[in-house]
Amino acid sequence: MAVDATAAPGGAPNVPGRAPLLEVDGLTVEFRSGAGRVRVVDDVRFTLDRGRTLGLVGESGSGKTVTSLAVMGLLPPRSSWVEGSVRLDGQELVDAAGAELTDLRGRDIGMIFQEPRRSLNPAFTVGEQIAEIARRHLGLSRKDAWDRAVEMLDTVNIADAARRARHYPHEFSGGMCQRVMLAGALVCRPKLLIADEPTTALDVTVQARMLRLMNELQAEFDLGILFITHDLGVVAEMADDVAVMYAGELVEQAPVDDLLSRPEHPYTAGLLGSSPDVQGHVERLRSIPGSVPAVGAWPAGCRFHTRCEHARPGTCDTDPVALADGGPGRRARCVRSGELHLEGVGVDA
Amino acid sequence: MPETTDTGPAEPLLEVTDLRKSFVTKRDVFGRAVAREDAVRGVSFTLPHGRTLGIVGETGAGKSTVGRLVLRLAEPDAGSVRLLGADVLSLSRRDLRRLRRRAQMIFQDPFASLDPRMLVGQTIGEPLLLHAGLKGAARTARVVELLGRVGLPAGTADRYPHEFSGGQLQRVAIARALASEPDLIVCDEPVAALDVSVQAQVLNLLLDLQAERGLSYLFISHDLSLVRSFAHEVAVMNHGEIVESGPGSELFGHPQHPYTKELVSAIPVTRPGRRRSAAVRRAAASIPAAPEPPVVRPVLSHVLEGDPS
Amino acid sequence: MLRFMAQRVLMAVPVIVLVSLFVFLLLDLLPGDAAVAIAGENATPEQIADTRERLGLDLPLLERFWDWFTAALHGDLGTSLYTGQSVGGAVAERLPVTASLAVVALLMAVAVGVPLGALAATRPGSRVDRVVGVAGSLAMALPPFVIALVLVVVFAIRLAVLPATGYESIADGGVGVWLSHLLLPAVAVAALLGAELARQTRGALLDALSQSYVRTARARGLKPLSVVGKHALKNAAAPVVTVLALQAGHVLGAAVTVEFVFAMPGFGSLAVDAVNQRDVPMIQGVVFTSALVVLVANLLADLAYGYLNPKLRAG
Repeated sequence: MAVDATAAPGGAPNVPGRAPLLEVDGLTVEFRSGAGRVRVVDDVRFTLDRGRTLGLVGESGSGKTVTSLAVMGLLPPRSSWVEGSVRLDGQELVDAAGAELTDLRGRDIGMIFQEPRRSLNPAFTVGEQIAEIARRHLGLSRKDAWDRAVEMLDTVNIADAARRARHYPHEFSGGMCQRVMLAGALVCRPKLLIADEPTTALDVTVQARMLRLMNELQAEFDLGILFITHDLGVVAEMADDVAVMYAGELVEQAPVDDLLSRPEHPYTAGLLGSSPDVQGHVERLRSIPGSVPAVGAWPAGCRFHTRCEHARPGTCDTDPVALADGGPGRRARCVRSGELHLEGVGVDA
Repeated sequence: MPETTDTGPAEPLLEVTDLRKSFVTKRDVFGRAVAREDAVRGVSFTLPHGRTLGIVGETGAGKSTVGRLVLRLAEPDAGSVRLLGADVLSLSRRDLRRLRRRAQMIFQDPFASLDPRMLVGQTIGEPLLLHAGLKGAARTARVVELLGRVGLPAGTADRYPHEFSGGQLQRVAIARALASEPDLIVCDEPVAALDVSVQAQVLNLLLDLQAERGLSYLFISHDLSLVRSFAHEVAVMNHGEIVESGPGSELFGHPQHPYTKELVSAIPVTRPGRRRSAAVRRAAASIPAAPEPPVVRPVLSHVLEGDPS
Repeated sequence: MLRFMAQRVLMAVPVIVLVSLFVFLLLDLLPGDAAVAIAGENATPEQIADTRERLGLDLPLLERFWDWFTAALHGDLGTSLYTGQSVGGAVAERLPVTASLAVVALLMAVAVGVPLGALAATRPGSRVDRVVGVAGSLAMALPPFVIALVLVVVFAIRLAVLPATGYESIADGGVGVWLSHLLLPAVAVAALLGAELARQTRGALLDALSQSYVRTARARGLKPLSVVGKHALKNAAAPVVTVLALQAGHVLGAAVTVEFVFAMPGFGSLAVDAVNQRDVPMIQGVVFTSALVVLVANLLADLAYGYLNPKLRAG
C-alpha cells in the first residue's frame, strides 16, 4: 500500500469542515477486576489537529496512559472493554477489525514510551528494528528498508547513522534510545504521534534536546502529537492545548496559556501551585491534601471534592459534575468554576 | 565551597573534605581491577546545624555516592568526613553504629527500603528498642506518636507496607528515621517516585520537622526546581565534582559555571508564553538542533597502574 | 566473539581431564579384579600376575591414567580387554546409532515442545495451556523405558506398523527404513525433553511477552506472529537453549535405556556390556566420548547464547 503522508503542506489547523486528525468522544474503558469490571477511563472527549500538540496531563491512576493505549487499540482484548469513539482522519477505530487496526499502527500512528531502553528489543540491532517497520507497512525491500532506517536515524540526529544502525540498544545512552524510538515511530511518516511520558526517565539536559527535536520534527512532518505527561513544565513548553485528567475523567481543557494563567478547576490550580519551579524558594510549599483515589474507589459527586479546599458540602459531594463549556476552547468540570478566582501562573512570576 | 556563615555552634554539623571514591568497572580473568571509574573526585562541603544542602546533578554525577560515603555506607578512597565532631572515617564499628543513629537516610523507593514482612509498627519500633531501650506500652505509645507526627493514623502500625501508597510509605520511612532522634537525614531522591500533588506534602513535612527539631538535611536530587525550593544551599555536581555551589536563588538566578548554565536553561518552565506558535516552530525547524553528544560522559576510566589514589 | 569461543573451549579441557580421572578412580575402587576376570577362574597366581603386567595394571594409578590420557589425546583409546577390538573402533561403530537416535529425538522434541510451549504462553490459562501442562507433567513423570514399552505394544505389536527392534543405517536400508526403526525409540527419548522444552518455552515466552519491547512491536503494527515468533521468541530462546544443553546428558542416558528396550546396537549396549565385563578401557572410552558430546553440546549452547544475547558478545 502506497502511503505517502507528506500531504497538506503547511498543514493549516482547524480548517473548517475538515475532520480533525484525532477525534475522541465518549471514550470509556473498563478492566476486568475479579468477577466484575472496574472503570478506569470515563467519558473522555478531545480533538487534536495536524501540526498541533495536545498535552494530556495527570498523575498516576488518572487514566491518561490507558486513554492513549485505547486510542492505539493496544489494550488486552480479553480483559478490557472500550466504548465510545476514536476517529483518526474520520476513520472509526474502536470497532475496527483487528487486522485493520494492526495495519494502521506504526503506519498512521507512531508511539513512544517512558522507558526508551526497555522499549527497544535488546536482541536486534536498532537499524533492524526500524527497517522492519518500513518493510511491514511500506512494502520496502530489505535493502531499501535499511536505507530508510539509516536515513531516519540521521533525521533524529544520531551521528554516524550508517554505522550506528548496526549497533544494539545497550550500546546507546537513554536519550539516544529515545531518539531511536522516535525514528521507529516516524519511519512511515505517520500523521499522529502518541508520546507517553517520553522524557520522564531522561536527564534534564537530555530532555531539553529531545523536546527540541520533537518540536522540529512536528513542524517537518506536520505531526499531531498527543503528549502524555505529569510535568506541567514540559506541558508549557510542548503543548498547544491541554487536557487535565483526574480519577479517570477530564477535569479541564484549555489552550495552554489560558490554562496556566487562569486555571478553572481547583485540581489544575493545585497542580500548578505544587509545582516547585513555580514557587521558587519558600518556607512551605503549596500542596494538595490527601492522595489520588484508587481506581474503583472514586468519591461520589465531584471526584476531587475530598481534596478540594473549595468544596462545598451538599453541592460538590452529591451529583456527578458535567464538563461545562467556559470561554473559547475551554471546558471545566467544576460547579463553582464561575465563582472561584483560582490563582494561575504569571508570565514572569 | 558553600561557606555559610554559621552563628550556631562553632563547628558545622557535617564537614566533608576532598572526598574521593572510584569503582572498578572492569576486571581481568583473575578478578583483578583493570579499569576504574572515578565516581567522586574531590568533593568538599559543609552543612551547618538546622540547614539544608541540596546536591543536584544528572545520572552518574556521583551525588548518590556522596550521600552513601558521608554515612560510610560505602568506604571512601580518600578524604575526611567530620560529623558531629567525630571523624567518621576512623571510627570503630561500634562508635560508627552509635553515630549512625544520629544520621539517618531515606531513599527514593520507600517500598524497597522497608521490610515487606514486618508490620509498620515493628519497623518504626525497632530503632526505639535498639537505641532508646523502649519496650512494651512505652514503645507502642512512641510509635503512635511518631506516626501522628508524620500525619498517619495510629492504625497504620498494625498494617504491612504493601497496603500503602508511595506517599504514605515515604512518611513511614521518615517516621522510622525520626525514631532514633537524628541530627542529620540524608535524603536521596525522597520524592522522585511520588505524584506531584503528594511530593509537596512530603517536602512540607520535612520542612516542618526541620523547623521543629533543628534537623539538617543533605538533600540529593536530580530535580533542580525541587532543590531550589527546598534547600538553603545548593551544590551542582557533574562528573564526580562540585562545579558550582551557593544559595539556591543566587545559583539559579546567575549561574556562573557553563554546566550550571546548561542545566538551568534546560529546566522546563511552567509559565504561559513558553509554547511558540506553529509558524514560529516551523521556521525554527529549518535550523537543525545540535545532535546529542555520542558519549554521555567524558572518558573518566583510566587503566590502573599500581595503586589507585 | 572469537575470544569468547576460545575461552569456552579452554574451560572445557580441565573438565575432560577431571571426568576421565574420576572414572579412572571409581573403576579402581570397584570390587573385583580385571586381571582375574580375564585370566579366567582357574588361572594360577602366576598367570594372573602375568596378565596384570601385560595389561599394565600393576603400575600406579596416576601413571596408568596419564598413559591412557595422553594416548587418548592422540586418538588412541586403547583396546578392549575382551574382544581385542580397538575402543575407538567400537565407539565409531556404535556412536552413529545413538547419535541418530539422539538427533531425531532432539528434533522431535524441539519441533513439538517449542511450538506447544509458545501456544500455551500466548493463551495463559486457556484450555490449550492446561492440556499442554498436563501432557507435559505426564511425559516428565514416566520413565523413557516405560514409554518405550507402551509404544512397542501399541505400534509394533497391536498395530504392527513399525518395527519393534533393531536398527538399519541409511547406507544399508535407505532413509525410510532408517527412520522407521528410529521413530518409536526417538519418541520415547523425546517425550521428557519435549515436555521440559515446552515448560521452559512457556515460562520464558510469558516473561518476554510482558516486556516493554513487545508493547513497542505491537504499537508498530507488526503482525502477531512476528511479535511472538520473532521479537519475543528470540529473547525467550536463551533459557530454552540452556535447558537443551543441560538435557544433553539426560538424552544420552535415556537413549541408553531405550536402546536396550528396542535391542539397538548403540552406544548404550556398548556401555552396559563394558561395565558388566569390567572392560576398563572400553568404559573409559565410552565415558570419555560421552563427556566430549556433552561438552560440545554446551559449547554450541554458549555460541547460541552469544547470538541471542548481543550484550554477552561485547563482554
